[in-house]
Order: sequence, then C-alpha cells, then structure tokens
Amino acid sequence: MIYKFDAVIVGAGGAGLRAALEIPEGYTCAVLTKVYPTRSHTGTAQGGVCAALGNEEEDSWEYHFFDTVKGSDFLGDQDAIEIMCYDAIRAIIELEHMGMPFSRNEKGLIAQRPFGGHTKPKDPNNPFGERVPVKRACFSADRTGHVMLQTLYENCIKRGVQFFPEFFVTDLIVQDNIVRGVVAIEIATGEIHIFHAKTVMFATGGYGRVYRITSNAVVGTGDGFAIAYRRGIPLEDMEFVQFHPTGLWRLGILVSEAARGEGGVLRNKLGERFMEKYAPTIKDLAPRDVISRAMYTEIREGRGIQGPDGTYYLLLDLTHLGPEIINKKLPEITGFARIYLGVDPLKEPIPVQPTTHYAMGGIPTNVDAEVVIDDKGTKVEGFYAAGEVACVSVHGANRLGTNSLLDIIVFGRRGGKKMAEYIKEHDFPPLPKDADEWTRKTVERILNSNGKERVSRIRKELQEIMMDNVSVFRTGEGIKKAIEKIKELKERYQEIKIDDKGKKFNTDLIEAIELGNLLDTAESIAYSALNRTESRGAHYREDYPKRDDQNWLKHTLIYKNEDKEPIIKYKPVVITKIQPMERKY
Amino acid sequence: MKVTLRIFRFNPETDSEPYYKDYEIEADPKDRVIDVLHYIKNEIDGTLTFRRSCLHGICGSDGMRINGKNMLACSILLQDLGYSDANKTYKKPIVIEPLPGMPIIKDLVTDFTDFWKKYEAVKPYLITKSPPPERERLQSPEDVELIMEASKCILCACCTTSCPSTWSNEDYLGPAALLKAYRFIFDSRDEATDERLDIIDTPNGIWRCHTIFHCVQACPKEINITWHISKLKQKLVEREI
Ligand SMILES: Cc1cc2nc3c(=O)[nH]c(=O)nc-3n(C[C@H](O)[C@H](O)[C@H](O)COP(=O)(O)OP(=O)(O)OC[C@H]3O[C@@H](n4cnc5c(N)ncnc54)[C@H](O)[C@@H]3O)c2cc1C
Ligand code: SF4
Ligand code: SF4
Ligand code: FES
Repeated sequence: MIYKFDAVIVGAGGAGLRAALEIPEGYTCAVLTKVYPTRSHTGTAQGGVCAALGNEEEDSWEYHFFDTVKGSDFLGDQDAIEIMCYDAIRAIIELEHMGMPFSRNEKGLIAQRPFGGHTKPKDPNNPFGERVPVKRACFSADRTGHVMLQTLYENCIKRGVQFFPEFFVTDLIVQDNIVRGVVAIEIATGEIHIFHAKTVMFATGGYGRVYRITSNAVVGTGDGFAIAYRRGIPLEDMEFVQFHPTGLWRLGILVSEAARGEGGVLRNKLGERFMEKYAPTIKDLAPRDVISRAMYTEIREGRGIQGPDGTYYLLLDLTHLGPEIINKKLPEITGFARIYLGVDPLKEPIPVQPTTHYAMGGIPTNVDAEVVIDDKGTKVEGFYAAGEVACVSVHGANRLGTNSLLDIIVFGRRGGKKMAEYIKEHDFPPLPKDADEWTRKTVERILNSNGKERVSRIRKELQEIMMDNVSVFRTGEGIKKAIEKIKELKERYQEIKIDDKGKKFNTDLIEAIELGNLLDTAESIAYSALNRTESRGAHYREDYPKRDDQNWLKHTLIYKNEDKEPIIKYKPVVITKIQPMERKY
Repeated sequence: MKVTLRIFRFNPETDSEPYYKDYEIEADPKDRVIDVLHYIKNEIDGTLTFRRSCLHGICGSDGMRINGKNMLACSILLQDLGYSDANKTYKKPIVIEPLPGMPIIKDLVTDFTDFWKKYEAVKPYLITKSPPPERERLQSPEDVELIMEASKCILCACCTTSCPSTWSNEDYLGPAALLKAYRFIFDSRDEATDERLDIIDTPNGIWRCHTIFHCVQACPKEINITWHISKLKQKLVEREI
C-alpha cells in the first residue's frame, strides 16, 4: 500500500525519537523501525551522556569542546563540535524535564563522573597546559541509554507519535536530488509498502555486525549506510571505526568505560597496569583508540593471557573498588561478567578484549542534519540523517565516550526542527513510477534463488576478514585482502538460498537483505581505509604510522560506482579555534 | 555435549496446529540459549523464527518459555539449566516455547499489542503541572533510589505472561504496567498521582493482584515487582483514609 506522511523517520533510537518530538501538530509523522522502539540500540548504552554542567566540580563547555576536538584527532568539524558542546547543557536539562531518572549527588543535582578523554586544565589560567580528568558524564547507574530511550519513547507516547514497529526499510526513494519517501517491508505480513513523504530522516544507528567481535546488537547491520550509498549518496570518513577496549572476551559484550571512570584499571599477564606506559597522564582514562592499540600491542609482545581456545585477552580489574561502588554504580556490567563469563568482579578481574563499537563515519550532514553530498554543501532536498548513521562530523577520527548519546539528542532535535520548517514550505514531490521496484526484485530474487550459499556462512566470512584485516591495526596489504574477499562474497551473495519461502515474519529473508547491507557497508569501510595512507585516531596504518596533516587533514567522501571501484573525493575539515597539535595523553 | 532442543513451531501459512520439533545438536555448556537457537537457524533450519537484538539482556526482545519458565534466551547459559557436562549426551530435551497467553504470530514470536496497550493505559510518562525551573528539578539520591529498581524494566513481558491473574482475566493490567505506574507515582517530580491512582484503582487494576509472586520469579532484571505493587496498594489505602 502507499502511505503518505509529511515526515518519515527511519529509526526509533535516541536520534529518531528526539527528532519526532519536533514535528509540530497539524503535520503527519511516521516513525518506522525494524524492532520495537524500546528495543533500539540506544537502550544498551551504559556509561553516560556528557555535558559541562559543573555539578561536581568546575567545568566549562569550552573544555568539553577542546577535548572533543583533540579526541577526534583534529578531524572533527569545529563548528559542529562547538554547537554540540554548548548545547549539551540545555539538552541534558531538557531530558531531565522530560522525566529521565538520573543518578543524583548529595545536592540533588544530576550526578557526574569521569570518562575517557574528558579533562580540564589543571590550572585554569593555563588552558593549554597539563590536563586532569573531570567529572562530566551524567548518568543513571550503568543504564543511561536505557532510561534515555525509555524517556524519549514515553514522551513520544504522550505526544501521540505514530509508530510502525517491525517495518524494515529497504530503500530510499530519491530522484533529481529530491527525496520522495522510503520503501519498507512490514515484517509481520511480508507486504511491501511505499511511504510517500516530503521529508525523510535516517536515524538507523550503526554497523557493528560487519565485524566478528562487536558490542552492537544483531540488528546493527548498517542498513542506513548501505541504502544511501546504493542510491548515490556518499559516505564520509568510513575508515574510522571505533574499537572499544573492554568487550567481554570472545563475546564482545560491552563493559562500559564507566568501570574505569569509577577507578577500574587494565592489567596484563604480569599484573602490570600497562596504560601507565602508553598514556602517563590519564592512564586508563585515555581515549579508546589509544587504549585499544595499547592492548593489541601488549598481546603482540606476549603479555596477553591465552584462553583455552587459543585467543588472547587482558584483564579489567575492579576488585579494589569494593561492593559499594560495584553494586550501586556498575550493577549491570558486573551482572554481565557473572552471567556470561562466570566471573565475580568483586573477587576476580574480568577478561576483556577490544570490541567493534561505533561508526564515526556515515551519511554526511551539515550542522542541521541536512544531508550534503559534496564539498560545496549541496543538499539532497528533504533528506536528513542523525545519530550514529550520520557524520556531522563531531567525532572525527575517534569519538569520546558519552559524546554519542549527546550527539543523538542534539542533532536529532536540530534535524527535526529543520524537517518541521521544510514540510511547512513544501508540497509532496511526485512519486516516481515503480518506486518499489528494487525491493520487489530483491525480495523475489532471494525467495526464488536456488543457489548453494547460506546467508550465515557469507556473513561469518565477512565478519572474520574484516576483524582480521580492517580493525585496530591495518596494513595496505591486509586491507587489499579484505577487499578481494568482499568482492568474492558479493558474487557468492547472488547465489544464496534461504529456507523460509513464506511471507509472514520471514526473518530468514530479512537477514538475507541485511547481509547485502553489511557487504556494501564493508566495501565502503575497506576502500576508505585503503585510501587513507596515514594514521589518525581509530585508523591506524602500520605502513603509515604517522599522522600527516599536510596531505590528510580532510574528510573522505566515498561514492558507489555500480560494480566498479568506488570513487573517492574529499571535503575540508572546518577549523575555527584550535589548530592541530600533537595528540598526547 | 549433545543436547536436544524441543521447540514449539507454528507457521500460520502452512500449519493448522502448532507442533514441537526436536533438534539434536552439539553444544557447549557455556552457550546461551540464544546461541543454540542461532545455531539451528543458521546451520539447520532457517525457518525457525524468534526475536532477538542486544544479546545481553537489555533490549527485552527474546522473552520465551524455557523448560517451563519465562526467561530471556540471551541471559541464560545451558549450564544454568543443568546441562553442564561437556562429555555427556543429555536425554532430557530443553523445551522452548513462546511466552504463554499471548497470540502466536509464528514459532516463538508473539503478538505484544495487548501488552503495549496496557503499558500505555497507565500514562507512562512524567506529568508535571508547575513550570520547569531553569536547571534540573532537584531530587535527592534517596528520591531516585525509590524509582531506580522500577526504571530497570526492559518491557520483556516475562512477568505479565507468567501471572495467573492475567491468565484468568485478560483485561487485568498486569505486573509490567503496574510497575510502570509505580515508576511515575513514586517519582518525586511527577504531579499526577491522583490521576494515576485512579487508573489502577479499578476492577481490572491493582486489586486483581493476589501476590502470588510468579512475576518476581520470572523477571530477568530481578525486580521485586510485588514489593512495588504492595507500595501502590499502601498508597491507595492511605488515600482512602
Ligand atoms: C553497548 C553500547 C554502549 C554504549 N554506551 C554509550 C554511552 O555510555 N554513552 C554514549 O554516548 N554512547 C554510548 N554508545 C553509543 C550509542 O549508544 C549509540 O551510538 C547511539 O545510541 C545510537 O543511537 P541512534 O539513535 O543513532 O541509533 P540506534 O539507537 O541504534 O537506533 C537505530 C534505529 O534504527 C532502526 N533501524 C535500523 N535499520 C532499520 C531499517 N532498515 N528499517 C527500519 N528501521 C531500522 C532500529 O530499529 C532502531 O530503532 C554505546 C553503544 C553500545 C553498543
Ligand atoms: S504477584 Fe500479582 S502481578 Fe505478580 S504474578 Fe502474582 S498476581 Fe500477578
Ligand atoms: S518487570 Fe521484569 S519481567 Fe516484567 S517486563 Fe519488566 S523486566 Fe520484564
Ligand atoms: S536479545 Fe535483548 S534482551 Fe535478549
């Protein structure tokens, strides 16, 4: 059937829900999501959301700005970062007013704790001198994302926002650079629907499932990235993939940085607190790229611990924190260690390894979440992106912890406001003929295909090759291997066969389409990574170990080129207040 | 070890009746139930249908009945179910069924429409009448403590679908919705206590709860739901006086 809405928002995580709250009464808005809204990935966020509230100690949004720019290894756009850090304070107070249950300090204010890479000058009169950790992360025990998602959903219920849960979006309808809607499969019935719209926002979250070890939910298959990419919209800075230092060994389930914020430390086989070597000033609270590399180095140099299956891990030691802090402030993550590894964090250290965590890159947008496709700021009319799928870019080459929950509410809101303006001023653009053709053909092909390839096998091989060659340490040679493999897997993908040929709740079919998205997303990551011959933030090339501002202080834009090699272009970094300097911690 | 999973199957397009199907597989005692379900779907039978997302007990997607008890498939290891010897072949199957009392969509996937309706019925959002201050509304750590446990709820429906009162009266609000009502009634910032108490002080409201504790045993987040319900009852009694 054909639905008609002024605004269609794809994704009911923090970004999508926050945007939906901006669509004014009198206009129609639909939020489509492939899982129930409260199942969205935002709900897994643990540690916190930052804003320089200064509730625990003196702090300023400008310190936050500095940290974010430095954390991004100077690739973040400073105009966008300034907006985010400045707006953070208002955004958090707004969430509190919406009902979010924050942990509180003795004064009754929102409680705050330290987090990786968040600092302030030791001496306020010397803003560029030595820096010390600052309590900037606002939190609700270690369930910050969970209560944020609940609160935003609750406010959508209050507003009567219209949801289409378990609607799987497969395509974006765009012609002559004007967006006209999306195509979606209603999972329960298998029907293919067209959503004709004046404006569309993608708030579809990340792509962690491109990799074998990840903290991301199974639904994190990069759909938004792949759909946009296939429709000729470039992706920005895809080579920057964040690996979080502390995933539960083998499972990848996240142990939040809050564990180190509360005083936990990393140790190697010899019991050494190895981060003292790599980041002498802030040690275990160094940014994630720095710690993940340190961990790989420790393991390479023989100081990792080998498990029975031959893989290596290091230890996150919380034993000295005591039951008060562990049970009150870190209850969930200590529960994970107990349930999944049988480890009691009160008594023994937790086996951990870096886990694929966050997409710094994504669909390029300006500071109002409007999608822009080149270095001149050319917009795709009516198309918006916010949250993890978007690249504003506030995180540059490496995101700081707690900055994503902030990003989604700040830019989700800004995007929603712009959509509200746009729908008032524009009529519905006509739908092209056969707008759902790609989806129909794809579904038919998959259902009727009688090849010999299993979806799960191709997916697994993709996840292995990406983990082994395009993760924390990269080389040109390794990435090329991954690219060859992706090409092979794409061919084999044409030969898949699924078992479920039915219409209703066919998750076999959905997983097959998701695999196509994983493959396209992986392609964009691998080619972007091969192209950038320097090391910056999370992108570390062993064959080019230095940051090279002369040649590479610029954003990558990668464009799909049918079945040929993708095309790569660039866009300058916006630098306003802080010139690039050496990044040391 | 070798284990057999006996899984409830129903495909509305082809089956007139649900049935159980056995899958004998090789598994590790440390596997989660969700891991073996994935194994079956990936390697043996792609038609097996279930919901899942986070795989670590926080999104609430995969509540199901495992050996007769409601739980999250991602938060239970085979060894926790008593299948712990790596060298053994277990005869007793692991029985996997959808959450009871909900309409079946397909296999382990149930229809949550009614569950969400009850959730929405208790006005699950903060209601304030006084204008907001410039900064945050103040709450003491003790104020927050009062609602922290309730705010852990992941809306998985393990409790509501294990409640005998829900089974015997499908209009009963059920523990999850009541817990949500608590979450706001006991939020020091909320200003709609009376309105909310009216909603639960109804024939199909709180008084249907006979404190049988099934819900507490079922809750994967270890929320003491009946304690919260008893606080609500107390509040209602105080209001009468
Ligand atoms: C374990 C974990 C812990 C984290 N902790 C923190 C933290 O403490 N602080 C912090 O700042 N950040 C944290 N992050 C990062 C942060 O949580 C995420 O980046 C952020 O929540 C993403 O929000 P989002 O709104 O962009 O997308 P999501 O919350 O991922 O939502 C995506 C939405 O899109 C929908 N969707 C996707 N594809 C489709 C499709 N094809 N059709 C229809 N719908 C679709 C999904 O159903 C979902 O509703 C954490 C991340 C993880 C994985
Ligand atoms: S305690 Fe009340 S809500 Fe819980 S199972 Fe029993 S009757 Fe149902
Ligand atoms: S109270 Fe517990 S069992 Fe019930 S819905 Fe919430 S988390 Fe699930
Ligand atoms: S998959 Fe999220 S709770 Fe089990």
